Amino acid sequence: MPVLPLVGAIINAALRRSLSGNTSGGFATLMILGSFVVSLLLFMGHDPAAHPVKIVKFFDWINVGGMEIPFAFQIDALSLTMMLIVTGVGSLIHLYSVGYMHDDKRVATFFAMLNLFTFAMLLLVMGANYLITFIGWEGVGLCSYLLIGFWYTNTEFNYAARKAFVMNRIGDVGVVLGMCLLFNLFGTLNYVDIMDRAGSFGTGHGMIVGATLLLFVGAMGKSAQIPLFTWLPDAMAGPTPVSALIHAATMVTAGIFLIVRSSVLFELAPFTKDIILYIGTATALLAASIGLFQNDIKKVLAYSTVSQLGYMFAALGLGAYSAGMFHVTTHAFFKALLFLGAGSVIHALGGEQDIRKMGGLKGVTKITFITFLIGTIAISGLPPLSGFFSKDAILAHAFQDNKVVYGLLLFGAVLTAFYMFRLLFLTFYGTYRGTAHPHESPLVITVPLMVLAALSVVGGMLNVPHIFGGDEGMKTYLATAAEGILSERLGLSHTTEWILMGVSTVLVILTIVYAYGRFVKKTTLDGDPAQLFGLKKLIANKWKLDELYAMLFEKPYGWISAHFFSIGEEKVMVPLMTGVGNMTLRAGKVISRLQTGNTSFYVFGMVAGILVFLLITLFVN
Amino acid sequence: MEPVISAIQVVPLEHYVFLSFALFSIGVTGVLFRRNTIILIMCLEIMFNSVNLLLAAFSAYHSDPSGQVFVFFIMLVAAAEVTVGLAILVMMKRNVDSVDVNQLNRLKW
Repeated sequence: MPVLPLVGAIINAALRRSLSGNTSGGFATLMILGSFVVSLLLFMGHDPAAHPVKIVKFFDWINVGGMEIPFAFQIDALSLTMMLIVTGVGSLIHLYSVGYMHDDKRVATFFAMLNLFTFAMLLLVMGANYLITFIGWEGVGLCSYLLIGFWYTNTEFNYAARKAFVMNRIGDVGVVLGMCLLFNLFGTLNYVDIMDRAGSFGTGHGMIVGATLLLFVGAMGKSAQIPLFTWLPDAMAGPTPVSALIHAATMVTAGIFLIVRSSVLFELAPFTKDIILYIGTATALLAASIGLFQNDIKKVLAYSTVSQLGYMFAALGLGAYSAGMFHVTTHAFFKALLFLGAGSVIHALGGEQDIRKMGGLKGVTKITFITFLIGTIAISGLPPLSGFFSKDAILAHAFQDNKVVYGLLLFGAVLTAFYMFRLLFLTFYGTYRGTAHPHESPLVITVPLMVLAALSVVGGMLNVPHIFGGDEGMKTYLATAAEGILSERLGLSHTTEWILMGVSTVLVILTIVYAYGRFVKKTTLDGDPAQLFGLKKLIANKWKLDELYAMLFEKPYGWISAHFFSIGEEKVMVPLMTGVGNMTLRAGKVISRLQTGNTSFYVFGMVAGILVFLLITLFVN
Repeated sequence: MEPVISAIQVVPLEHYVFLSFALFSIGVTGVLFRRNTIILIMCLEIMFNSVNLLLAAFSAYHSDPSGQVFVFFIMLVAAAEVTVGLAILVMMKRNVDSVDVNQLNRLKW
């Protein structure tokens, strides 16, 4: 099944010069759609009650000594959920790209990469052991790099791509080390075996805590958590469909997937869970605060993605794995929708991304506006859209386990509502402040928007909590795959739950009203970061995190490099190397005198040599 | 084959070894100390054939015909090789008007 996108990628890459944009796009879309259909069939044929986990083994991949790693896929509730998201949202985004990338010269290359990405992502979610997952893990990192730097003529975009790659690499080291530790501990990397045997270790076992921490480092890199999140906003340099597919809907959720996949291990490591909880919460708040002052439409969405990922990690840290996965699903819907909507706006304005130069697009781009509005409401968490259910599940768990975290996350939700509606109001309301001539996007762009909007509305129905008479279908379903979910308990009384929902809803509505007054009635625009002051300036400059990293890592590294150069290179290596070279030259001059040109002399040398060897063998024996 | 083999086996194996050792040493000495290229080639042939002789003798004593088959191959290759050597000799005579190998000492750094 993941072969289909690979075929698409290979064919598109091979024929990238001869295929027209629509052909290659259509072909790529068909490939992903094909995988979606296959996933759907698998989903239908999957019986969670009778056979919760199905391992499809293709061949023994590595079989050395005690190390046995088959090339196998694991089909269970978790991988099926992710497969459906990846291929479903993926095919919509492919379709959208056909319209969006229409004018680009390297369309076929673009689709080849996009297909390759989908292939890698499927490998990631379907792998039956850590190594297969890791192949996909690296694959999506590579594709992300390629696609961020897709417009490679722009140096800044290349820097952004490089940054993403390096940050991901830091995380990858964590995953590799974590895998080594797990292998050392269990002697296998198969998920099923590890999860089976994990029970024999006590809670808080040092090695398990270490391994889970390392895995979490990997998840931090891929899913853009503090301190490795700064690459994600920069990654917006890529084409918008890429931002939607990779940096919102699928790739960044790989970290969450990995943790849910290993939920049994994380259940045994409360220390790691606490760290995840704190980092997730901090990320959610920090990113949301930065989002308040961004003026680039895609940057706002990027920070909002980071912030939502923070929510998911907070959920995982609370042990609410199903809530985390649920938020992954709904987030994939509405964030892809928002990004594609933003892309549609950018497309309509001929490449303008600064929301200060937008406004009043409500009337011109009707479909985009309505779908974008739905996405915004969904992400803000207003009932009955999908974001409400998933975010509320997380908040309820937070309230039960840790009141401080609950307060912070609630504040984060308010911030989310504020910056999202700021974005919405500045873009679509008021009067138009730009110069380009806006127009509505073609159908190929708006149809995916409508589908995603519909999904954003009904996505919450996947996991209706008991309080609304639902049966938490998704949680029950996922529990067949990730045993950690079984230990989830939400013991709040219904009254408390009602109050929690009411509080968050009321707060969000108040925020929206405030944002309306501020951005529609008066249209307050934030100026350059240079004109702001105090805390605002700090936030607008992204908490000076890039500068902090530069000071903490780049400068010492530069200092060490410089000193290694002046001492190690100039005083040790250069004399050593030139010395070796000179010595060889001189020795060569001496030895070359032997080459007399006299044949008899050569023969004499040969015979003498043979005699010497004969004598040696004679006497040694 | 049988009469040939029994004829070969009339002479003790050591004698064959001594003979071919002597022949080989003569060849080597000739190559080392003579300067006439024709004689050099002849000395090479002596060395070849000393080895051939040894092969044939051993093969007869081990009753394994493959050694003698090898001898034929070696003679075939030696014949081809000698034609090349003689051709070089002719070219040498034409170019430096001599068959002294020490005339050809310009091939060096």
